[in-house]
Amino acid sequence: MGLLDRMSTVIGAKMNKIMGKLEDPRETLDYSYEKQLELLQNVKRGVADVTTSKKRLELQKAKLQMSIDQSDAQAKDAVKAGRDDLAKMALERKVALQAQSASLDQQILDLNNEQQKLMAAESRLATKVESFRAKKETIKAQYSAAEAQVKVTESVTGISEEMADVGMAVERAENKTEEMKARSAALDELLESGVLEDYTGGDKIERELAKAKAKSDVDAELARLKAEAGK
Amino acid sequence: MIIRIMGAGQYKVDSCLLDELNVIDNRIVELVSKGKGDEYRKELARMISKVKESGEPLDPASILKSDVIIPPEDLTLEEARRVFSGYGLIGD
Repeated sequence: MGLLDRMSTVIGAKMNKIMGKLEDPRETLDYSYEKQLELLQNVKRGVADVTTSKKRLELQKAKLQMSIDQSDAQAKDAVKAGRDDLAKMALERKVALQAQSASLDQQILDLNNEQQKLMAAESRLATKVESFRAKKETIKAQYSAAEAQVKVTESVTGISEEMADVGMAVERAENKTEEMKARSAALDELLESGVLEDYTGGDKIERELAKAKAKSDVDAELARLKAEAGK
Repeated sequence: MIIRIMGAGQYKVDSCLLDELNVIDNRIVELVSKGKGDEYRKELARMISKVKESGEPLDPASILKSDVIIPPEDLTLEEARRVFSGYGLIGD
């Protein structure tokens, strides 16, 4: 059995769940419509979730960028102070932060794709739901119970397939945002605990640079005093 | 013939495309069983672009059952394995 046949089976199982088993065709229509509205709300929530996660990653990225800029400035200060060792440490830190930043870029891109896909799915589903609503009223008003059964089966099957598709898209998007939330929480912790700074020596560089600056200030002061005394 | 590409809507295509799709489908089965992720992704993408190229997107307002359902383009090898083993795309 190929992937296509398997996929139809998967969707078919999901559709049966969505359709439920109602005897009265008119009830089936209303039940299905209710489910459609629920799913539409679900998709909207899914879009909102993805958007929130994306914003969160963008915020993290801005924070990382600030640290990158800081490391860069430290490296420049260190070179000025003639401390190549410190400059090297600052640059190592910068490279580590840049790697994190690049991985964030990819995640933001992924979430953006997910957001676009869900929004397109939402719009397709909304169109179908509206068209189903119109059809439902026509079937209720114009057909006898026996004729209605056929029409109901047709449209409920058609829309259930769409619902199974959209339902899975939302579930998969949720799984992805959950994964990213976990990763981004881990990065937050790393940044807040200072691990990322410590292991690349961010604080040490700051201290050493302060020392170097203090020393050069002292030297300058000493030179000034000597000059005064020599007068 | 109506084909649904999951996550991308439905397309109306000529039935003769089915033979071509079946060839790709068989390759996919083989690639998934051998765990060849890169080639599997390429074949799935090829299948989807074939449908998009030779088909017409169905009006989203029409409510019709599909004859063939193609999984989403970003279906991972792991997910494809789950589909083959009968567990479905996502556990219930």
